Amino acid sequence: MSKFSLRSLAGNWLGFALLSVLLLVVFPSLLDDFRLNLVGKYLSFGFVVLGLVLAWGYTGILSLGQGIFFGLGGYCIAMFLKLEASTPEATKIQSTPGIPDFMDWNQLTELPFFWQPFHSFGFTIFAIMAVPAAIAFILAYAMFKRRVGGVYFAIITQAVTAVLTILIIGQQGYTGGINGITDLRTLMGWDIRTDAARYDLYFICVFLLLACILVGRFILKSKLGRILVAIRDKEERVRFSGYDVANFKTFVFCAAAALAGIGGAMFTLQVGFMSPTIIGIVPSIEMVIFCALGGRLSLIGALLGALLVNAAKTTFSEMFPELWLFAMGGLFIGVTLFFPKGLAGLVEDYLVPFVTRRISGPKSPADQVAAKPAE
Amino acid sequence: MPAIGPIVESDILLALEGVTVSFDGFKAVNDLSLYIQKGELRVIIGPNGAGKTTVLDLICGRTKVSDGSIKFKDTEVTKLKEHEIVRLGIGRKFQNPSIYEDLTVLENLEISYPKGRGVFGALGFRRTAEVSQRIDEIAEMIFLKEHLNTKAEILSHGQKQWLEIGMLLIQDPELLMLDEPVAGMSVAERVKTAELLNRIIEGRAVIVIEHDMKFVESIAHRVTVLHQGRVLAEGRMEMVQADPKVREVYLGH
Repeated sequence: MSKFSLRSLAGNWLGFALLSVLLLVVFPSLLDDFRLNLVGKYLSFGFVVLGLVLAWGYTGILSLGQGIFFGLGGYCIAMFLKLEASTPEATKIQSTPGIPDFMDWNQLTELPFFWQPFHSFGFTIFAIMAVPAAIAFILAYAMFKRRVGGVYFAIITQAVTAVLTILIIGQQGYTGGINGITDLRTLMGWDIRTDAARYDLYFICVFLLLACILVGRFILKSKLGRILVAIRDKEERVRFSGYDVANFKTFVFCAAAALAGIGGAMFTLQVGFMSPTIIGIVPSIEMVIFCALGGRLSLIGALLGALLVNAAKTTFSEMFPELWLFAMGGLFIGVTLFFPKGLAGLVEDYLVPFVTRRISGPKSPADQVAAKPAE
Repeated sequence: MPAIGPIVESDILLALEGVTVSFDGFKAVNDLSLYIQKGELRVIIGPNGAGKTTVLDLICGRTKVSDGSIKFKDTEVTKLKEHEIVRLGIGRKFQNPSIYEDLTVLENLEISYPKGRGVFGALGFRRTAEVSQRIDEIAEMIFLKEHLNTKAEILSHGQKQWLEIGMLLIQDPELLMLDEPVAGMSVAERVKTAELLNRIIEGRAVIVIEHDMKFVESIAHRVTVLHQGRVLAEGRMEMVQADPKVREVYLGH
């Protein structure tokens, strides 16, 4: 940490460089438009797992409700797109033209007040991060100030997810209900349904994701990052070193929520709709599984976990729809039991020492002890 | 109450007055009054369950008082949060070494450095020359200069105890509270720790809870004996040892 040797510098950036090449060069040149769009969809979950690495891996805050933050971000952009698609001309057959179709079906005659700001693209961009972060803030502040943590906090996040999902489904006139917000067409006049647009959106998603990795890395490399680890290991000692622990936990939980929000927005843009089935309890738990499998202490590892599990899900859930959920559950249990640091941990513990030995000959044991885990 | 010279009011750093704490009706600390002067090294002894650790918990805000007042430099601390009490200048070492095992000695000390304690302060914190120098200074003092880049989990038990003391020293507290600092240490380590304590006493008050009587004799200025949540006796070690009440409850072997 203190001394940046050339080797550790290379180690720090090697993974990032490889990931960039994989996402920016390899996938676009090997995959057809349909599959590339699928990868883009998987990557939108990558934002969520980056947040989970910060909150769960480093700070020890397990959230089983990241789906709701993903959903809030996704709904924000969906509202903007829906308003753009609901011009008076396009909706002139409705009894109230100019409002989203599902509102008309539910006998609403004017746009609800909370939809109004979503006419503005600037506000929407802000809301994609701010709305999830604000909900996360209320939840985290209330819980962490009262020193509710660990498994209790996880259960509460799950309960909040259930409540909000039920609310979204129930308020059909305001949210589109169980169908969600569908039939999204253009973003500021740019038709997002075409293959060309989806190709561009994939790259926007990748660039955003790489930027978020850098932000995550910046946080983890700062003293704040070490305080997060300290909180995970010995919360009380941190408190008795003069820190207000609740503020730190609240910050990281809000950051994770904002990241999930960005992911949700990228999902909506690439898939073309947002619905409650994507944001409930089961998807939230799946997100934790992506993170656990990839490695909850590695930003890049967790991201690859999201890619791998999603790809496996697409492949196997078509072939064995019944068995898939069991396989996924089994995978989670297996990883937690045998590789608590996930795939990234395997790479770090076995592959990296092996390669290093091959390249530079045997190392003194002291060197290996002093070596810090990458990321 | 026997004492080493009269306690001068202006020299009082910490004053506990009429402090009571009860857990479900059981009074762990009962109407306790205790005064600590600036620059004093006070040892608190007493049989198990006498309320020694509870007293430290009360001072640092880990347990809330049921009744009474605790004043540090004339500030009432009973209503403050733990981190606010730390920032006033009270440091606390726990009975079991409480350090960050996954971080290096350097990082442990750095986190304890009293700057950048807010979320964004921590984000923008840089290890300046001043910080590094202070860390080196403390590491030298706690005999861990050679281990700055060692992960804390592989330190020996005694080294962990020293590290925790160092984490408090780097904050330069005016009052340092140590709960059994030599527990689990070898004889050589005990000698070094006594030396360390005598060195860090300059400019601050130290409260030590200890069972090891030899160690107490080697460091104490004044000893307070607690029994059933009250002060049983207070004074020089030899006076306390001679006290028949004390002999009866504690030293009578």
